[in-house]
Amino acid sequence: MKDLYLVYKNLTRKKMRLFLTTFAIFIAFLIFGAIMTLRGALNSGVEMSADNRLVVVHKTNFTNPLPYSYVNKTQAIEGVKQVTHANWFGGYYQEPANQVVTFAVEPESYLAVYPELVIEPEQRKAWLNNQASILVGERIALANGWKVGDRIPLSSNIFSHKEGGQTWDFVIEGIFRGAEQKTDTSYLLFHYKYFKETQSWGGDSIGWLILTTEDAAMNESVAKAIDNNFANSNAETDTSTEQAFNKAFIEQIGNIGLIIFGVVFMAFFTILIVVGNTMVLAIRERTAEIAVLKTLGFASIRIFKMVLIESCLLAFLGGLLGLGGAYLLIQGASENLARFLPNLVLDQNILLQALGYMLLLGLITGIAPAISALKLNIITAFNRG
Amino acid sequence: MSNQNLFELNQVAKRFTKGKETISIFQDLNMQIKDGDFLAIMGPSGSGKTTLLNLLGGVDQPTEGQITFDGQRIDNLSESQLAKWRANNIGFIFQFYNLMPMLNAARNVELPLLLTNLSRSERQKQVKIALELVGLSDRADHMPSEMSGGQQQRVAIARAVVSDPKFLLCDEPTGDLDRQTADEILQTLQLLNEKFGKTIVMVTHDPSAAKFAKQTVHLNKGEFVKAEELSA
Repeated sequence: MKDLYLVYKNLTRKKMRLFLTTFAIFIAFLIFGAIMTLRGALNSGVEMSADNRLVVVHKTNFTNPLPYSYVNKTQAIEGVKQVTHANWFGGYYQEPANQVVTFAVEPESYLAVYPELVIEPEQRKAWLNNQASILVGERIALANGWKVGDRIPLSSNIFSHKEGGQTWDFVIEGIFRGAEQKTDTSYLLFHYKYFKETQSWGGDSIGWLILTTEDAAMNESVAKAIDNNFANSNAETDTSTEQAFNKAFIEQIGNIGLIIFGVVFMAFFTILIVVGNTMVLAIRERTAEIAVLKTLGFASIRIFKMVLIESCLLAFLGGLLGLGGAYLLIQGASENLARFLPNLVLDQNILLQALGYMLLLGLITGIAPAISALKLNIITAFNRG
Repeated sequence: MSNQNLFELNQVAKRFTKGKETISIFQDLNMQIKDGDFLAIMGPSGSGKTTLLNLLGGVDQPTEGQITFDGQRIDNLSESQLAKWRANNIGFIFQFYNLMPMLNAARNVELPLLLTNLSRSERQKQVKIALELVGLSDRADHMPSEMSGGQQQRVAIARAVVSDPKFLLCDEPTGDLDRQTADEILQTLQLLNEKFGKTIVMVTHDPSAAKFAKQTVHLNKGEFVKAEELSA
C-alpha cells in the first residue's frame, strides 16, 4: 500500500502519454464491450432455447407454410409431448418503419410450450377468453408505453383484413414477462383462430410448428420420425432443435463468431503493442531512478511488483473507462434497436471477461519492463546514466 | 570519534572481466574506518574510489576478502539481504542528487522510510525533522525542478539521514555545485558528523572539500598512497 503513491506518481508523471495510452485501451474495451454485447444479443435466442424444444419448418424454405393438419399428425408421433404452431403476421405499429414482431398462435398450447413466458393468472385468463385481444411482451410494451386495457391498431405488410385495409384493432389483455432477464419479451401474440377468421386470404395453413419432446435425448429420433412422416408429401418438413434453428438463422448474417474474434483480436493485438511499447519506454527512462530506489534498499522484487501494478492500473483505467463507454453506447442503442435486438445487455459475463482481459493486458505489457527492472544492476545503471 | 572500527576490509580484491580480459581494481586491500570518522577519499579517475564506495555501500561485492560492518560480515550477503542492510545502515548522497522528479521534497525524503514499519504520521514527523535539519522545512512541497542544485542536494542529505543510519556515503556531493553552496553542504555534513555522530565517507576530487573531513586518504591504482606520492 505504501508504494501505491509512488506507482500513482509514476503513472501520472507524463500526462499526455497517460492520456494517449489510456485512450487506446479505452477504444479497445469500448469495442470489446459493444461487440460482445452484440454477439450476446444475437446469440440470446440460441442460449435461451429449451433443450427439448424442436422446430418444424417447410423443407424448401422456412417461409413456406405448412398444412394445419400437421399439428395433429405431429402430436401423434411417439415421444412428442406438446405441439403448438405460429404464423408470421408481418406486423407494424402506425407506420411501416415501426415493425413489431407479431405471431398468430394457438394460445394455450403456445404458452405450454414456452413456460418461460410469465403472465399474471387473471391476464392469462382474459387473453384466452378474448379472441380479439393481444398478449404483449414486457419490453415492447415499455418501449411503446402500452398497458393492459389499451386498444392498439396493428397493421400487416403481408395480410389484408376481410373488412378492408391491412389494420387490425386489438385490445391488450395481458403483458408477459420473461422468466429470466434474457428471455425475449419484444414480441406480440394473438389468436390464430381470430387471424384466420379475419384475414382475406391465406387458407388453413400454419407457418411452423414448435413442439416439446418427452425427453431431450429423444430429440433426434423424434425429428427423424416427423420428417419421415411427411416425406414425399407436398410439404416436406425439416425438423431441428430450437437451438440449431436459431443458430442457423443467426448465421445467415455470416460467421458471427469469426467476425467477433477478428475484430477483438485486432483491437487487442494493436493495444498490446502500443501499451507494451509505452511501458518499455517508460521504464527505460527511469533506469537511474530504479537504481536509486535499489540503492536506498528497495528490494528488486518490490520494484518488479511496482512496475506490474503500474501496468495493471493503466490497463484497468483505460479498460474500465472503455467498458463505461460501451455501457452508455449500448444503453443508447438498445432503446433504438429494441425491436431487432431485444437482448442488447452488457451482462455480468462480459464484465467478468473484460476484467480478466484487463488483468491479462496489464500483466503482459508489464512483465518485460518489470523483469528488466528486477534484473537491473545498480552499478551498470549508474554507469549508463 | 571512538576507537571502535565500524568498517573493516581485509585482503579485499575486486576484479572485473571485460571480454577475455580481467581487470583488477584492488588486490589485498586492507582498511579500517572508525565509528564517528569523517573520511575523505581522493584520487585520480580510475583509481578505484567509486568501486571502493560501492563495496562500502553494499551495492557491489568483493571478488575476494572480507568486509565487516559493525562486526557483521556483509561480503557474503545475498542481494535481498544487502538491500535490507543498506536500508537499515547506510545513507547515500550522490553527485547529481538523484531525487525522484515526480515527488516533492517531503515525499523524496520519505522514500527510505517506506522500507520501515512506521505509520504515515510517524513518517511525516521524521521527514519534518530531517528537512528542518537541512534548513528546508519551508520547501517541503516544492518539486525538485523548482529548487536550486544546493537545495536539491540538501533534500538528498535529508533523505540520507531521515532513517537515522549510522553511516553516510557521499559520492562527489559538491561536484555539481558552486563554491559557496558546496561549502554550505560540507558544513552540513560536518554538523552531521560532529553533532549527530554519523560516520561519513566522502569521495571527492576537490581538495577544498576534503578539508572538511577529519582525515583524507589517497587512492591510486587500487592502493592507498601518501598525498606526496600521488602528486609525484
